[in-house]
Amino acid sequence: MLFTSYEFIGFIAVLLTVYYLVPRRARPPLLLAASCAFYAFSGWENLLFIACTVLSVWGGGLLLEKNLARQKARLCAGELSAADKKAIRDGEKKKRKGILAAVLLLNLGILAAVKYLGFLTEGLNGVLGLFGAAPLSAASLIVPMGISFYTFQSIGYLVDVFRGAVPAQRSLWKFALFVSFFPQLVQGPISRYGDLSRTLFEPLPLSYAVLRRGLVRVLWGYFKKLVIADRLSVAVLAMTGGQDRGGFALALLFLYTIQLYADFTGGIDVTIGLAEAMGVTVAENFRRPYLAVSLKDYWRRWHISMCTWFRDYLFYPVSTSRLMRSLTKGTKKVFGDKAGRKVPLYLSSFIVWGATGLWHGANWNFLVWGLSNWAILMVSQELEGAWGAFRKRFPKTGGKAWRAVAVGRTFLLVAAMNLFDCYPTLGGTFGAFFSIFDPRAWAGFSFSSLLSLGLTGADFALTGVAVVLMFAVSCAGAWGDVRDRLEKMPFALRVVLLLLLFFAVLIFGAYGRGYDAGQFIYNRF
Amino acid sequence: MEELLEILNELHDDVDYETEEHLIDNGILDSLDIVTLIAQISDRFDVTITAKDIAPENFNSAAAMAALIRRLEEEG
Repeated sequence: MLFTSYEFIGFIAVLLTVYYLVPRRARPPLLLAASCAFYAFSGWENLLFIACTVLSVWGGGLLLEKNLARQKARLCAGELSAADKKAIRDGEKKKRKGILAAVLLLNLGILAAVKYLGFLTEGLNGVLGLFGAAPLSAASLIVPMGISFYTFQSIGYLVDVFRGAVPAQRSLWKFALFVSFFPQLVQGPISRYGDLSRTLFEPLPLSYAVLRRGLVRVLWGYFKKLVIADRLSVAVLAMTGGQDRGGFALALLFLYTIQLYADFTGGIDVTIGLAEAMGVTVAENFRRPYLAVSLKDYWRRWHISMCTWFRDYLFYPVSTSRLMRSLTKGTKKVFGDKAGRKVPLYLSSFIVWGATGLWHGANWNFLVWGLSNWAILMVSQELEGAWGAFRKRFPKTGGKAWRAVAVGRTFLLVAAMNLFDCYPTLGGTFGAFFSIFDPRAWAGFSFSSLLSLGLTGADFALTGVAVVLMFAVSCAGAWGDVRDRLEKMPFALRVVLLLLLFFAVLIFGAYGRGYDAGQFIYNRF
Repeated sequence: MEELLEILNELHDDVDYETEEHLIDNGILDSLDIVTLIAQISDRFDVTITAKDIAPENFNSAAAMAALIRRLEEEG
């Protein structure tokens, strides 16, 4: 069921009506039923996958907590020496690691099987081909909706229980709701148990103001998705379909970057707004990413829940692992103290960015995209000292003009790397990118050529106005939630503005012939 | 504490670590800084800091880091 489908609008209308009518304690079970129904729409067989994750992670969490309780009891029993205590802690930790590893293996195994089998077979066939062996046939399984998101969210919960950061959830249905909460099932965010559980199991009190506030954000999300993203997708598809050389490639780079922003942030607005209307608080996933002054800054602002997930559950464990500690000792002997310490650090980053790339998609394009991010971030890290000295020597480089240059440069960099997302192969990506610098590829291109991409001049003008509005609202958000200001406006003005937004979505949304209210881009991941 | 401050100053010499109490919350130390810091603390103080210990409350200030080191030393 697409967020942009009539079925979904009907589903939400019925759900919200019932949700507001039932007593407060009946709301979370109702949400679980709604989530199951929503998920079943994507295929009954998919319920088996999510049920497997729910049961295994829930059971694993309980076992981990039981072990922690046993450790505590043993440590408190009688007089124990420091060595005895250490032996108990180490022994019990080993058991917990076993539980954690088994559940992770099962869930990551399922994810790998449905998402990466084709990619792994392709890689294996490449190796077999070198030895003249016959290629293996690639098995392809249907990827269950949102599996990357709910698997990662569940793993985050289990690791948190393992670390003793959150208590295990004893109620199976509550845990099932945490994993399957439908507004975030399509494209995240990847919520933390400690954050989401606060209001998911005991939603905030409802009122007309809560409903209105949530639905305003939903409407804003639809504006971004339907008026901007889906309209631009017509031109983007035309370009990636073959019209992608020279000026078209440059246009693709910009238009896709705007489409991706409108699509993803619009989808997250729908998610957060819906949850808010139901008294559930979902953490923000963006903080004006296209105003980032560096790639490092960008990754603190874009898809925050995914970035912090990789940081907390992969980068930190890998970089502080026993293996990396041993490696550090070795590299320090070879390269000296300072440089030697960096080798494992950069290796850990390499692993994390490779995994981030593959999380986005099982193909070489995403792997290279991830590793390009890694390379740029590591070079920037190395140059940080020199850059700091430069800034001290030329203090004006801290000014607004310099900041604007840094924002523009980062935007271009991100936009260029987004090209990896547009094509299924590296050849397609690099072919389009390098054609930007080939004067022959620009032959015959003019601004009016863009009108051959399926959009009219009026479409481009409308999109331009909508994009300016989208970024203005986003920037205004830096000084507090825009809806707070809307609430303070005179009633008549507020109604007029909301009606304008509503009719803008209704009239200017990309529906009908030539358009397709498409799936959200991040749903693929 | 002095040894810890020395390590921190090597990382970013423009921060007043004796008064700053939001090193993580304010984004002064990022993930690469944290891991670099952990490697140096492990070397100098002979303690093992794992991913479990990497939480804002343990790294938001020099005092919090010193407390973490003391706890890990006691746990052996």
